Amino acid sequence: MSDPAYELIVGLEVHVQLSTQSKLFCGCSTIFGAASNTQVCPVCLGLPGALPVLNAEAVELAIRTGVALNCEMATFTKWDRKNYFYPDLPKGYQISQFDKPICGPGYLDFPDPEDSASMLRVRLTRAHLEEDAGKSMHDEAAGKADSRIDLNRTGTPLLEIVSEPDIRSAEAAKAYLTELRLLLTYLGVSDCNMQEGSLRADANVNLHIEQNGTKVATPIVEVKNLNSFRAVERALKYEAKRQYEHWQKTGQTIDDAAKQTRGWNDAAGVSTVQREKEESSDYRYFPDPDLVPLVIDEARLEAARAGLGELPGASRQRLRTEHGLKPYDADVVTSQGRAMVEYFDQLVSAGATAKRASSWVQQDVMRTLKEQEWEVEQFPITAPRLAELLAAIEAGEIDNTRAKEVFQLLLEKPELTSADAMQELGIEAVDQGEIESLCQELLDENPKVVSQVLDGNAKAVGALIGVAKKKNPNADPRQVREICLRLIEASR
Amino acid sequence: MSIENLSAVEIGRQIAAGKVSSVEVVKHFLNRIETFDNSVGAYVHVDGDRAIDRATSVDRDIKAGKVRAPLAGVPVAIKDVLCTSGVPTTCGSRMLENFVPPYTATCVSKLENASLVVLGKTNMDEFAMGGSTETSCHGLTRNPWDPERTAGGSSGGAAACLAAGMAPLSIGTDTGGSVRQPAAMCGVLGLKPTYGRVSRYGLVAFASSLDQVGALGHSVEDLAAVMEILAGHDPKDTTSLKTDVPAYRGLLEQDLKGVKVGLLRDQIDHSSLDPEIAAAVDRTRQQLEALGATISEVELPYTKYAVPTYYLVAPSEASGNLSRYDGVHYGYRADTSHSSDQTAPLDAMISASRSEGFGPEVKRRIMLGTFALSSGYYDAYYKKALKVRRLIAGDYQRAFEEADVLLGPMTPSPAFRLGEKVNDPVKMYLEDAFSVGANLAGLPGLSVPAGLTESGLPIGVQLQAPVLQEQRLLNVARSLEQAEFFKPALAPKYC
Repeated sequence: MSDPAYELIVGLEVHVQLSTQSKLFCGCSTIFGAASNTQVCPVCLGLPGALPVLNAEAVELAIRTGVALNCEMATFTKWDRKNYFYPDLPKGYQISQFDKPICGPGYLDFPDPEDSASMLRVRLTRAHLEEDAGKSMHDEAAGKADSRIDLNRTGTPLLEIVSEPDIRSAEAAKAYLTELRLLLTYLGVSDCNMQEGSLRADANVNLHIEQNGTKVATPIVEVKNLNSFRAVERALKYEAKRQYEHWQKTGQTIDDAAKQTRGWNDAAGVSTVQREKEESSDYRYFPDPDLVPLVIDEARLEAARAGLGELPGASRQRLRTEHGLKPYDADVVTSQGRAMVEYFDQLVSAGATAKRASSWVQQDVMRTLKEQEWEVEQFPITAPRLAELLAAIEAGEIDNTRAKEVFQLLLEKPELTSADAMQELGIEAVDQGEIESLCQELLDENPKVVSQVLDGNAKAVGALIGVAKKKNPNADPRQVREICLRLIEASR
Repeated sequence: MSIENLSAVEIGRQIAAGKVSSVEVVKHFLNRIETFDNSVGAYVHVDGDRAIDRATSVDRDIKAGKVRAPLAGVPVAIKDVLCTSGVPTTCGSRMLENFVPPYTATCVSKLENASLVVLGKTNMDEFAMGGSTETSCHGLTRNPWDPERTAGGSSGGAAACLAAGMAPLSIGTDTGGSVRQPAAMCGVLGLKPTYGRVSRYGLVAFASSLDQVGALGHSVEDLAAVMEILAGHDPKDTTSLKTDVPAYRGLLEQDLKGVKVGLLRDQIDHSSLDPEIAAAVDRTRQQLEALGATISEVELPYTKYAVPTYYLVAPSEASGNLSRYDGVHYGYRADTSHSSDQTAPLDAMISASRSEGFGPEVKRRIMLGTFALSSGYYDAYYKKALKVRRLIAGDYQRAFEEADVLLGPMTPSPAFRLGEKVNDPVKMYLEDAFSVGANLAGLPGLSVPAGLTESGLPIGVQLQAPVLQEQRLLNVARSLEQAEFFKPALAPKYC
């Protein structure tokens, strides 16, 4: 908390676009980026007489998400119409879920951003399915007031995940969203691409302030247009400061002012008022008579639970307890996604030590993926092959520096075995005696180094290592150092 | 016998037998429309060339032996609330005056697949809201039996085109009686099937939980034949039922021995009921008894709340269904660009488009529904109405433990005068007293002709059956038809 004078209270509403092939109530494609108004039909255009037909896949993805978020799942759920006029809402109502959401109360645990060894919990109020609206594009160029509407997005399935006001800092909000996104990608229910609008967050924010021993709450503000996790963090910090200053100036509390909606302007780093007070937006929800209620039986929920696989929380736990990784390392590996955890597991089961596997995954593998913009699935070196290399290091057959050369060669020629690659690079295990004589030779040639060491400056031996590597590239620097020091000691 | 006096099935038989071609039949009806529709106003859109082209190709298919459907080549009129690809679908509203849908309603596609020929689109109350076909932007429809009187509504055009011999078969929609009431007032049969029996895809929604496509015709066999085509599950309408479709026509000939008819005494004794209609219900009872049915009296105590319940549920759903007409994407858009007040141009455009595009009855119902769904009123109105709706359905369920079909009046009065009720919404709503129960409970109902008043206006009585028991309704009506209790009849002026 940046200012101990108040406590920040945040609840988040997250809209997740589910990765179905087609829209929630019609067969139109959901692929992003097509020419405007090409992915539409009478149903999503809201033409007279067209009727919605539920996409079963969207329900399946919502169920999967709900059980993964520990939600109480509805066995009976239904569809409601949320009525309001807006040009990008062609029916004049949005099909949503009002009083019987598919996912009831649940929670999400995630690593505390201030201490990765401990966890925070945010309780979830609910998660419900609804159709997205279209996109309005306002041309605000000088003199022109044209607005255009793209209905490609209209009817795309969204899951709105609503949290309780359990978040206490901007950092925690970001951590919650990060974990939620990670979980959703583990589940394969959304691509969570924020640039394409697949994940959108709104925040409800206010402050609890200690004043003369009592707690006062500032008016609740809903902050919209949070288009990145960084924007969430910045907007919340800004909002906390703004509310505190506003309270200091006006003394306004939650009882004095209605809820306000503000829009975050990330470029300017400020939020501005969108709606001064909660306009009595009466959406007149009522059950949509065009759709039959949905009955979800326990067997279907059970099947969804059984199919979840290992989720991030369990993965971190396992990497720590079974493999002895540090919390930080377990978190980094887990955060790369399910495919990376599987790659790590394969390395270990092929014989690599967990520590070495974790270190190589975090450094060389991740760096390569980033440079090449690859997914884990595209990474050319198979886990068993990389495990061979790690085993060679473990066995002292090769040092880390040369191992990286092997790694580079394997990237280029993934068909090689590690042994072949080592051979191609002329790497072979060096005989102990050979090294001993090499070291003796070096000491004979460098009496100055010997005398420096004898004078107590052991570090001086480092000058010999580069020379040793030149004479024999397979010489292990560590070994060279040890032998040289031993030989000098013996000569004393 | 002239073609307009034949039943649809009979026309189909003659076409199949090569006695007459579909083109000849279609031209015959197009001529009659040309001659008579000026004085009736049943149609809002007739595309003769399109119909003749279609008939030509059906004739070719029949000749080539490719088609053997019983109604192949038979013309049919479609209520203008059902979408027809490439053909205007206006719902009688200025809002959709220029709307041409890019797709066809499932029920119309099914008719076309069964080789029927669409003659044109029939007039209706705006967005099917009304009981007199006086609120259409295309003008009103007159009752062929008396041009000063209403043809009923909202499917007034659908019933009037039959009574004037301008179509042998007609498709309407029934949200609160809109097929059955005009059928009764025009002296034809009108069937509202079970909710979900016929796909609603392409039916421009008024009240989605009540809307149902229905058929109007001169003979029971016609209705049975067309129901075989219309009924069945549609993957595009998830509220459509997956139950198999019976061979209605093949099962028609069953006598009434042992059939239990429940007489709706409360409706017969209803203070608003015209005595001539009460007498007609009684004549029907006697006829059924004579045919071997057993009669008992049953009660539907909650149906006295049917009208207020209906006028909360239907407008509530309508207020949402009609929100899409905002002038943004299609339909009527008011030009507000020159308005002096440009503070909220978007709201102004939407507001003006809806104010100018909708007629007063539609606006009244949108307001009613918006009110009933508003926070603070939802529980007292909409939610309570849903509870009463369940109680009404419960009434029917109990009644059907005692009776196989229910018999009662269809309308409180025969066709009333044009202008008589259109400015008095409550009076107009009370017209629906006997019809809305079937919609609220999702049951099938059939209006059967039961003679004429002394002044020569048609009377209809209503038969109602449990969910999916359309067959029972058809069978009882068939027995009455065979006993010549009613005969297919055009209005005298149009014979």
